[in-house]
Amino acid sequence: MKGLKFIIAGILFGIVMSKSEAISWFRIQEMFRFQSFHMYGIIGTAVVLGTIATFLIKKYKLRDYQGNPIVFMPKEMSVPRYLIGGIIFGLGWALTGACPGPMFVNLGFSYWAILVAIFGGLAGTYMYGVLKDKLPH
Amino acid sequence: MLELLRQPWPWYTSGAVIAFVMVVLLFFGKSFGFSSNLRTICSACGAGKHVKFFDFNWRAQTWNLLFLVGAILGGFISAEFLSNGEAVQISQATIQDLSELGISAPNGIQPEEIFSLEALFTVKGFLILLLGGFAIGFGARYAGGCTSGHAISGLSNLQLPSMIAVIGFFIGGLFTTFVLLPLIF
Repeated sequence: MKGLKFIIAGILFGIVMSKSEAISWFRIQEMFRFQSFHMYGIIGTAVVLGTIATFLIKKYKLRDYQGNPIVFMPKEMSVPRYLIGGIIFGLGWALTGACPGPMFVNLGFSYWAILVAIFGGLAGTYMYGVLKDKLPH
Repeated sequence: MLELLRQPWPWYTSGAVIAFVMVVLLFFGKSFGFSSNLRTICSACGAGKHVKFFDFNWRAQTWNLLFLVGAILGGFISAEFLSNGEAVQISQATIQDLSELGISAPNGIQPEEIFSLEALFTVKGFLILLLGGFAIGFGARYAGGCTSGHAISGLSNLQLPSMIAVIGFFIGGLFTTFVLLPLIF
């Protein structure tokens, strides 16, 4: 099955987010209060290793498993879009203590209340789609 | 070995595994970004009939939905087989600050005051999760990505837009933490 590898990658992601407690509201509060290195260590390690990997993939022009070049899309430059969008995202992140990935991991953990946040996330995404052309980008 | 896995994993292990997941997806020809799944789900539910933003070939994003299913399974496996049931070991300073807000010390992974079903059936508890989720969904699409797409994939590719987005995440998060939460609780 072609899709199985994505499920396995997702399982690995779900386990690591659980086991590093990054799905915990408490850990996100601790991060925003600058009272522990834990979350910074997780994100920092991921970014440092990710940067090295990205650099090597570009330098050696590595290809994916089907032999296609791995391309990185540069993001279009803008300030309002990323800043305002980011701030709105951050408001919600600290409130629910879960960004989109951990929301679904929490569901696996049987924290059923998170379904309300997932529904909210879908409604928010839909609202963005409706308002997109009226917002500064 | 299983005992070791059942302990909370140190940050460097987790950071390394997250980077590994990102690299694995690159070698699968995909890019690590979780929140686009919310757009895909809207589209799969037929939102494309009414709003142009959702009118795209969402089936090409099936791989990411499978990743999402895996993430749920990963949470389930952790809870069932890899958990020692201990409370999250957050710092004393955080426990102290939260207790002043009326949020009790960790008993599991999530605070009872927000994630228990009792809390969910209060107006406050329901709105915290609904509006929090709404802001996450709206903000993630507006900013073009969430923690995975910007903070991990974007920063790893040295993208200035991702840095701006991450700064935004923190401005918003600090505002909620130090202004909104004291007002709500």
